[in-house]
Amino acid sequence: MSEAIRKYYVPHGSAWPIIGSVSLFLLAFGAGNWLNDGAIGRYMVYAGTAGLLYMVFGWFGEVIRESVSGIFGRREDSSFRQGMIWFIMSEVMFFAGFFGALFYARQLAIPWLGGEGANIFTNLLLWSGFEPAWPTNGPGGLGGTFEPMPWKGLPLINTALLLTSSVTITIAHHALIDGNRKLLKWGLAATFVLGFLFLGLQVEEYYEAYVHLNLKLSTGIYGSTFFMLTGFHGAHVTLGSIMLVVIWLRVLRGHFTPTHHFGFEAVAWYWHFVDVVWLGLFIFVYIL
Amino acid sequence: MTSHAAEHHDEHHHGPEKGLKRWLFATNHKDIGTMYLVFALAMFFVGGAMAFVIRAELFQPGLQFVDPGFFNQMTTMHALFMIFGGVMPAFVGLANWMIPLQVGAPDMALPRMNNWSFWILPFAFTMLFSTLFMDGGAPAGGWTLYPPLVLQTGNAFPFVILSVHMMGISSIMGSINVIVTIMNMRAPGMTMLKMPLFTWTWLITAYLLILAMPVLAAAVTMLLTDHYAATSFFNAAGGGDPVMFQHIFWFFGHPEVYIMILPAFGVISEIIPTFARKKLFGYSAMVYATASIAFLSFIVWAHHMFTVGMPLSGELFFMFATMLIAVPTGVKVFNWVSTMWRGSMTFETPMLFAVAFVFLFTIGGFSGLMLAIVPADFQYHDTYFVVAHFHYVLVPGAVFGIMAGVYYWLPKWSGNMYNEKLGKLHFWLSTIFVNVTFFPQHFLGLAGMPRRIPDYATQFADFNLISSIGAFVFGLSQLLFVYIIWQCVRGGTKATDEVWEGSHGLEWTLPSPAPYHSFELPPTVR
Repeated sequence: MSEAIRKYYVPHGSAWPIIGSVSLFLLAFGAGNWLNDGAIGRYMVYAGTAGLLYMVFGWFGEVIRESVSGIFGRREDSSFRQGMIWFIMSEVMFFAGFFGALFYARQLAIPWLGGEGANIFTNLLLWSGFEPAWPTNGPGGLGGTFEPMPWKGLPLINTALLLTSSVTITIAHHALIDGNRKLLKWGLAATFVLGFLFLGLQVEEYYEAYVHLNLKLSTGIYGSTFFMLTGFHGAHVTLGSIMLVVIWLRVLRGHFTPTHHFGFEAVAWYWHFVDVVWLGLFIFVYIL
Repeated sequence: MTSHAAEHHDEHHHGPEKGLKRWLFATNHKDIGTMYLVFALAMFFVGGAMAFVIRAELFQPGLQFVDPGFFNQMTTMHALFMIFGGVMPAFVGLANWMIPLQVGAPDMALPRMNNWSFWILPFAFTMLFSTLFMDGGAPAGGWTLYPPLVLQTGNAFPFVILSVHMMGISSIMGSINVIVTIMNMRAPGMTMLKMPLFTWTWLITAYLLILAMPVLAAAVTMLLTDHYAATSFFNAAGGGDPVMFQHIFWFFGHPEVYIMILPAFGVISEIIPTFARKKLFGYSAMVYATASIAFLSFIVWAHHMFTVGMPLSGELFFMFATMLIAVPTGVKVFNWVSTMWRGSMTFETPMLFAVAFVFLFTIGGFSGLMLAIVPADFQYHDTYFVVAHFHYVLVPGAVFGIMAGVYYWLPKWSGNMYNEKLGKLHFWLSTIFVNVTFFPQHFLGLAGMPRRIPDYATQFADFNLISSIGAFVFGLSQLLFVYIIWQCVRGGTKATDEVWEGSHGLEWTLPSPAPYHSFELPPTVR
């Protein structure tokens, strides 16, 4: 009952969101200007990025101080949890858009270019001689001859790395609940080391693709879907790894208790999400 | 239904901050709601000014005022401003104000994020507006941003894409806040099936936003990389397909249609019981109907693109799935009518707008049913019939829903009654001239007049003239709306706590105007 009578914490006034809005505007407007080869764009992008970083540090710092001071009860905690879940759901749908593009191209667009269904004249008149196949860079052969990225090798190693990191973060989580701080520290450290290893190998993989396989972002629909899907995933791994490092630093400072550690769990959820997306990528982009 | 308001237990009252800080640093759901509503009102007038340009050009055949390129910029920007700047923020504003009051919460669950959701918007729309002054002008390929046409946009191109991203970020954060508030902040005893329908429809809308907006973000990101990074998503030579964009876009776009109408359903479902002095007929059926509409909205997207080329099985599936939506929508319309049946009705301004909504939205719904029929759609596609259809569901639908909600809750917000005489005048001007504007467009479309064209054959002259006159009067009569709100906020007859004789629900247990902090300790709902 005491929980029901407790007041929900409502912060009174915060400067961080407006700093974030101005920074986001600088970033977006600068990016637009930069893409148009404008003179000031890149500086606006730098300023906007710096502003957003400042906001993230300041805002999260404020929330962490509030959390450590103990003003958050069960309901505030629940708000953060649910917020994180729906944020991850929105990220899932973002990836779904790109997966949708991949499936549409493979199952519909390419067969149609090859004359399937009622599209025989598309093939005969526009793209005569095009044989639908996957992977392809399209009837125009955009980007020139290329070799697809084999799933054996780096991608397989990367799958193993990410799956292992999922285990290590779960070990860390259990260690946190059991009060085993030492194992928690090592489990978290192992997780982000595996994350950074993954990223290193992905850089290596992209290098291989560009230099040895002639596989580029401009290599037709295969290159487009390959790099956009794996690239956005890599961006999320980068973000997730940074989040893991932050959580690790907080653990070193003695944050989190066996019963009160939403920050840890949010990052763990995010990490599992990144992991699951990778499994989708590994199956649909690399193997099939 | 409820106990007393609990704000008296507060030992240290935080009043609003003074000056600009109150708004820039706002975390109060009422302040943020007000900002959303004022912003939306401003955007309605910006979008309305663009509609003025369109209707002035179409006043008579031939080219009079603007060149065709600028005309196309106007149709595109009018849609973007009205959808993302007007209707959506207005509903988020209503949600911000009313959901915490309706569920007995002290504020939105994540107040700082709430501020960020709002303050992204003025920047996003400043950026979008600035494209009008860029080399090559604003985007002119329609708000649907279809490639390859949209890829020919001049310098505005990346700004349009990035402003859409900003709007998406804002919407996603706003909808996360709505969901968490409703799921986590309800007062004890406020079970899901006791929630007011406005809260219910917004909960479902928020799920739609979270599932749909990121897909739009993905689609426009692909446009950006197709333009600047030589990807081939929408380029057949590389194995992509421009039609693929339409599929991804409308996977977002159709839920978006319901994002704009479901909260209006909620507002109407609040107002009709109040003024009919009866409980809402079929409350749980309303909830399930709303959820069904939301589910169906994800499997009907290709009815926007019947003529683009699709296997016959696809056309059939999307036709039948679309027609299925008529069932839950019919449930809603019948329930509203049944609520009014044998009620002791009075017709204050909110009720007038609500009744007009039921009639006029249903007209829009029926023309939608006509458009769902594939062979008929082959005739109607991209004609003024489509323009008439979606304006009927958006103007006397969504916008009337917003205006009804504003009249309904304005006394609670301001503490004063608005001028009922002027409100009724505003209603009649709006309702008559919205029909003068859009009803003739049905005939224009059926006779074959294409949309998004600045000139037309002389046979279409009469109906276009009528439509333009209707649009001018409708637009100008909205100035009256602004005056009524301004007058009401400034002063007037004091409103009682209940405001309306037949009102029921937590928000009416609070004083009028609602105190700056309400329900800091949750009320008990019986």
